Amino acid sequence: MTLMKLAMLATTAMLAAGAAMADGKVKVGMITTLSGGGAGLGIDARDGFMLALKLSGSDAVEVVIEDDQQKPEVAVQLADKMIQAENVDVLTGIIWSNLAMAVVPSAVAQDKIYLSVNAGPSALAGAGCHPNYFNVAWQNDNLHEAAGAYASNAGYGKTFILAPNYPAGTDALTGFKRFYKGELAGEVYTTLGQTDYAAEIAQIRASGADSVFFFLPGGMGISFMKQYADSGVGLPVVGPAFSFDQGILQAVGAAALGVVNTSQWGKDLDNEANKTFVAAFQEEYGRLPSLYASQGYDTANLLLSAMGKADISDKEAFRAALKEADFASTRGDFKFGNNNHPIQDIYVREVIQEGDVFTNKIIGTALEDHVDAYAAECKM
Amino acid sequence: MTRETYINAALTFLLVLVPFWAWSTGQAYILTLCTKVAILALAGVGLNIALGLGGLVSFGHAAFFGIGGYAMGILASHAQVFDPIAEWPILIEGTKSMPVIWLVAMVSSALAALLIGVLSLRTSGVYFIMITLAFGQMLYYFTIGWPAYGGEDGLSIYVRNSFPGLNTLVPVQFLILSYVVLGLALWFSARLARSSFGLALTAARQNADRVETVGIAPFRLRLVAFVISGAITGLAGAMFADLNRFISPTMFSWHTSGEIMIFVILGGVGRLYGPVVGAALYILLEHLLGGVSDYWQIFLGLLLLAVVLFARGGLIGTLAGREVAHG
Amino acid sequence: MTFLLFAEQMLNGLQFGIMLFLMAAGLTLVFGVMGLINLAHGSLYMIGAFAAAWVAGLTGSFVLALMASLAAAAAAGALIELTVIRRLYKRDHLDQVLATFALILILSEGTRWVFGSFPLYLDVPSYLSGPVTLPGGIQYPLYRLAIIVAGLVVAGGLFALIARTRIGIQIRAGEADREMIAALGIDISRLYTLVFALGAALAGLAGALVGAIQSVQVGMGEPVLILAFVVIVIGGIGSIKGALVGALLVGLTDTMGGVLLPRFFALFMDPSAATTIGASLGSMLIYILMAVVLIVRPSGLYGSA
Repeated sequence: MTLMKLAMLATTAMLAAGAAMADGKVKVGMITTLSGGGAGLGIDARDGFMLALKLSGSDAVEVVIEDDQQKPEVAVQLADKMIQAENVDVLTGIIWSNLAMAVVPSAVAQDKIYLSVNAGPSALAGAGCHPNYFNVAWQNDNLHEAAGAYASNAGYGKTFILAPNYPAGTDALTGFKRFYKGELAGEVYTTLGQTDYAAEIAQIRASGADSVFFFLPGGMGISFMKQYADSGVGLPVVGPAFSFDQGILQAVGAAALGVVNTSQWGKDLDNEANKTFVAAFQEEYGRLPSLYASQGYDTANLLLSAMGKADISDKEAFRAALKEADFASTRGDFKFGNNNHPIQDIYVREVIQEGDVFTNKIIGTALEDHVDAYAAECKM
Repeated sequence: MTRETYINAALTFLLVLVPFWAWSTGQAYILTLCTKVAILALAGVGLNIALGLGGLVSFGHAAFFGIGGYAMGILASHAQVFDPIAEWPILIEGTKSMPVIWLVAMVSSALAALLIGVLSLRTSGVYFIMITLAFGQMLYYFTIGWPAYGGEDGLSIYVRNSFPGLNTLVPVQFLILSYVVLGLALWFSARLARSSFGLALTAARQNADRVETVGIAPFRLRLVAFVISGAITGLAGAMFADLNRFISPTMFSWHTSGEIMIFVILGGVGRLYGPVVGAALYILLEHLLGGVSDYWQIFLGLLLLAVVLFARGGLIGTLAGREVAHG
Repeated sequence: MTFLLFAEQMLNGLQFGIMLFLMAAGLTLVFGVMGLINLAHGSLYMIGAFAAAWVAGLTGSFVLALMASLAAAAAAGALIELTVIRRLYKRDHLDQVLATFALILILSEGTRWVFGSFPLYLDVPSYLSGPVTLPGGIQYPLYRLAIIVAGLVVAGGLFALIARTRIGIQIRAGEADREMIAALGIDISRLYTLVFALGAALAGLAGALVGAIQSVQVGMGEPVLILAFVVIVIGGIGSIKGALVGALLVGLTDTMGGVLLPRFFALFMDPSAATTIGASLGSMLIYILMAVVLIVRPSGLYGSA
């Protein structure tokens, strides 16, 4: 295997300097988005991760945090820095799929463990899966598939679907269609970063649809929801949790009330780990946790659980310990499939108002023990 | 010997000393940073030919940087999976050989520069700034929406391309390679400035009418300068892609154009070593400030502002006085 | 495509164009009078939106929020002009680009430092929300109609200001001959501060108006900034009339291109390829328009060479 050999060549120098000492300690490099418009997601993931470490009381994890500015080149350079200068054992933190695709393949080839707190591009779930790569969030298509399943169950037969014109957008619509049985009233790709959706809303109005599915992460979703609510079209809306998450829900406001969205986590999930997490997060940071915070929290707990079973210097044993996923997840049952991606329930949530705060309430389950569509392609 | 010559000599010494120190103490990441400085400086050297010599303020050099990067990405990704790029009319195979990739990168960005130049050079001043920006943005949106090579996600090349006789995966060998290329580009750029073409170009920048009356068409001079400039920046793009083993549409974004321009202005427009100083300083600041706070870009902004307001003519201009560089 | 849908899309293009005009007017004034390229214009748009969201959150009044956006952006503009921008008038475009690029970094991250990393809430006031039915049966959001009207009123006011008032005469004189108006005893540095603050206030107003139907977040000004540059270059830099024509042209091209191109490709391609290719080409369209205009008229539609 030439890939391995070359990667080892590149790292020999550093390994010789004495990277991992067998003292049970682990050095984690966290590359995440802490500045610019997308900073909210990275900050939540980081805060969730650090909270879990704090609650564990363990001082065996050392974390180096760097800001990738949501730029793939910067992320690649930071990964080089983490591996070459900081000698980290584990990498984590990346929010965006395109940044993950830039960093993960070369990091895992250099024998670093990568724990994904958010992104799950299909290329890393199927043929490109790797024993050193563990996804603690979801495969990118999962929440969209759940939305498709929900739309069918709810009896919608003519859904209008839209997403930005980039790979995650096409994946989202493919994922939705995979589980949606009705016909489509229309399928539209918008420009990435678009802020005005008047033209698309006019098409929805004219299409005779009975419902709308959209995937527009970040500010795009806020803009769309506000304009959609104001347009008076009034058809029911289904979307993945990203556009209805705690961080941005306050910015959408009443326009989001009643919207159904799919998520593998909700703050009202009834299990001990989640109750502890939600209470501790509010106590520590003074705001409600988001999906991203829960994923960061789970990632840290997964890491801690593996550290209790194996030493990082024994990579084989450490990977096996990670794969057992023997930790109390905030989403209840959690296990890894053959491709190191989660097998988990995906819930249906509805946006509600609690006092002044807009938040989500779980109203059902869309898919149970859901396995992603690429697992079979993974030869591992 | 002018003061600038001394400064350049000192800089060369420093640029060799830092990696040597990093290499002897086994700090691979410093070597990677130095390689990045050299490659970005190379992009700046390219822009400086249009900007400094020709007075052409191009806000779209990201187009050439990106084309170079995508030339590398396309060739290497096909070679990676042994899938030819085209079988008809002739068989074109992908390649992982740096010299071939560099040649393709330079030729394709030179062709793009020729086309963009022919259309853009009809305008001048702010219009030129903006039309070059427009071409950059066109390519940016094109690559985002073009699914074949990853679209917005970009494309990873898992193993760095090869150069005959070197193991490019060893940081210090790739560093030396990029230093040599940068050195050659600097030498070429200095020769160009002193050549009759360079003198005519400088004259056309200062007074286009006068050049025209002696029978030289400024349009042609500028076009040639623009093409050379684009080709060098394209080469830098291919090398930058190899440094990161990754390409993405952000190589085409207006931020990239802005950054290349900042390297040149920071160091000193029209100064031979301007882009080198600018790139080194910018990377150093980014590296040092990144750890200081989440809001480090405020400090970066303040520092840049201070340089524009108080260090006129860039750093070399401030240190060496206001005499014209290598003219 | 039905006539109704077509008419609604034309209105959307018109509204987008009017919004762009508010941004572009300030940019083109500042360039025309002071010869300055201001990349930080988008940051003033962002400041306006944040000020409006903050005041609306405190008081609940949309009118107060709009006034706050005007005041905050004008104040920020005047402050920037007095501390930084006025040192740049005599510099070349390069220094201006670098300095205002630095200002973007400072203002964006400064705003994030003050308001946090999460988007803010700003909504359409209840008396302007919901759709109305126009003659011909078009359902159209009232707020967007209000934006069109507000934009046209501002455009009219701006033309009147420049054609009829003392300041307008000074502005036009400044565009024509900078040395001359100083010689005539006009306090040129005060005029410059005023023009810059006026341009900033317009950008801030645009930010607040748009913020109510979009996301108020850090970095929101940058895509608009690039579009505003495209507008003033198409229209001819320094010309308010050019900015208006350019803005409408860009607004309509962008909206109609995004709607019509996928349909056009669907005539001879399979639907999913047509939507992807149509959408890609749609997002390149305004840059193609700009390149074509400049190739035919190197100083824009209404620019003087």
